[in-house]
Amino acid sequence: MARIVGGLATSHIPSIGVAIAKGLQQEPYWRPFFDGFPPARAWLERQKPDLAVVIYNDHGLNFFLDKLPTFAVGAAAEYRHADEGWGLPISRPFAGDTDFSWHVIENLVADEFDVTTCQEMLVDHAFTIPMSLFWPGGGAWPVRTLPIAVNTVQHPLPSPERCFKLGQALGRAIRSYDSDEKVVVIGTGGLSHQLDGPRAGFINKEFDLMCLGALPHEPELLTDYSTLDLVELAGAQGVELINWLAMRGALGADVYEIHRNYHIPISNTATGLMVLESA
Amino acid sequence: MNRHHREIPGTPIFDGAAAAKGYALNRMCFSFNGADNRAAFLADEDAYCAKFGLSPEQRDAVRRRDVLAMIASGGNIYYLAKLAGIFGLGVQDIGAQQTGMSVAAFKAKLVAAGA
Repeated sequence: MARIVGGLATSHIPSIGVAIAKGLQQEPYWRPFFDGFPPARAWLERQKPDLAVVIYNDHGLNFFLDKLPTFAVGAAAEYRHADEGWGLPISRPFAGDTDFSWHVIENLVADEFDVTTCQEMLVDHAFTIPMSLFWPGGGAWPVRTLPIAVNTVQHPLPSPERCFKLGQALGRAIRSYDSDEKVVVIGTGGLSHQLDGPRAGFINKEFDLMCLGALPHEPELLTDYSTLDLVELAGAQGVELINWLAMRGALGADVYEIHRNYHIPISNTATGLMVLESA
Repeated sequence: MNRHHREIPGTPIFDGAAAAKGYALNRMCFSFNGADNRAAFLADEDAYCAKFGLSPEQRDAVRRRDVLAMIASGGNIYYLAKLAGIFGLGVQDIGAQQTGMSVAAFKAKLVAAGA
C-alpha cells in the first residue's frame, strides 16, 4: 500500500514567485524567508516521494462565484498554471495521476466527503509557489501531483474541524492505495494576514506561534476554533490555516517535527514553514 | 447573533449577501485574468464596465479607485486585486489606501508586527 512520508506546510504569497523569477532569494528582505527552505528540501531528498497531494485555495483563477465548490479534487493528467492578472510569471505544468486521483475521490466520497471532481483544473499561485519552493531549479517536477482546492473565498467556509477530518479521510484513502509509492501531503497558505478592510495589514504573531506549536502534537487545540474565530485571530486571509489542518489530519496521530520557520513580513503576511514526518 | 454571523472590527466578511451584491463587479474583475480583457478595460473603461452591468455604486467606486467602496458594494479582495494589478498596484498599495496610511508607513507597520 502507498505510504505517507510526512507533511509540509508553507505560505504562498504571490510576490515569492516574483522574487524567485528575479533571483532575489539572498536579498536582505527575502533571505529570512528563503533560508528556511534548505532543511525542507534536504528532508524531501531523503524521503524521495513519488506523489504530492497539495491542499490549497484558489484565488479566482480556476473557480469563480458562479460555481464555487467547498472541496474540489483534481482528476486530470496534467495541471496548468495561467495568467492571474497581476504579473506573476506562469509556472511550467505539473503532471497528475488519474488512477491515484480517482482512488482518492472514491474513498473520500465513501467517507462522506462529497467533493467536486475536476478533469480540467488550472492551479494558481497557492499551488505553484509551494511547489517551486520545495523543488526549486526548474526542469521536470520529481513528483506527480493531486491538487485539492478548499474554498476560502466565500463564506461559509468549511470549518477547521471539517478540514482536519477531510485530511483524516485523505490519509485513509492514500494508505489504502494499492501501490508501493510514497506520498507527501502539502498544505499551503497563512499564516496571519489580512488584505481587505480597515484592518488590512493585521498580523498576530502570538497566535501564529501558538498554531505552529500546536500543529504537530496538539492539532485538536486548533480544530476547536470556528472559521470566524480564525478570521478574527489570524486575519481575513489567515483563515488559510485550514489548509494546514487538512494536511495535518492526513498524517495520523503521531508525527515528528523535523523543521519550522517563521518570519514577518513578506508582503502583508506572517510566513510559516513546517516539515512533519510520519511516525 | 449566531456563530455564522458576527462583527469583527475592520474586517469584511465576504458571505452570500456580499457575493450576491457584488456579482457583477467580481465577474468583471475575474475577466482580468485575460490580457485582452485588461487591455479592453484600459481602452474604454466605461464601455467595459457597462458590458458587465456594474451597479451605479460599483461603477462609482471603480471610477474613484476606492477599494473600501468596492468592498462595500460587494467586491471580493481576491478579484479586486486583479483590477488593482491593471494599475500596477499590489496588496501593500491597496492596504495603505484602505488604512489611510502612506505605503511606506503601511510597510513599516508590517515590519513592526514581527518585533
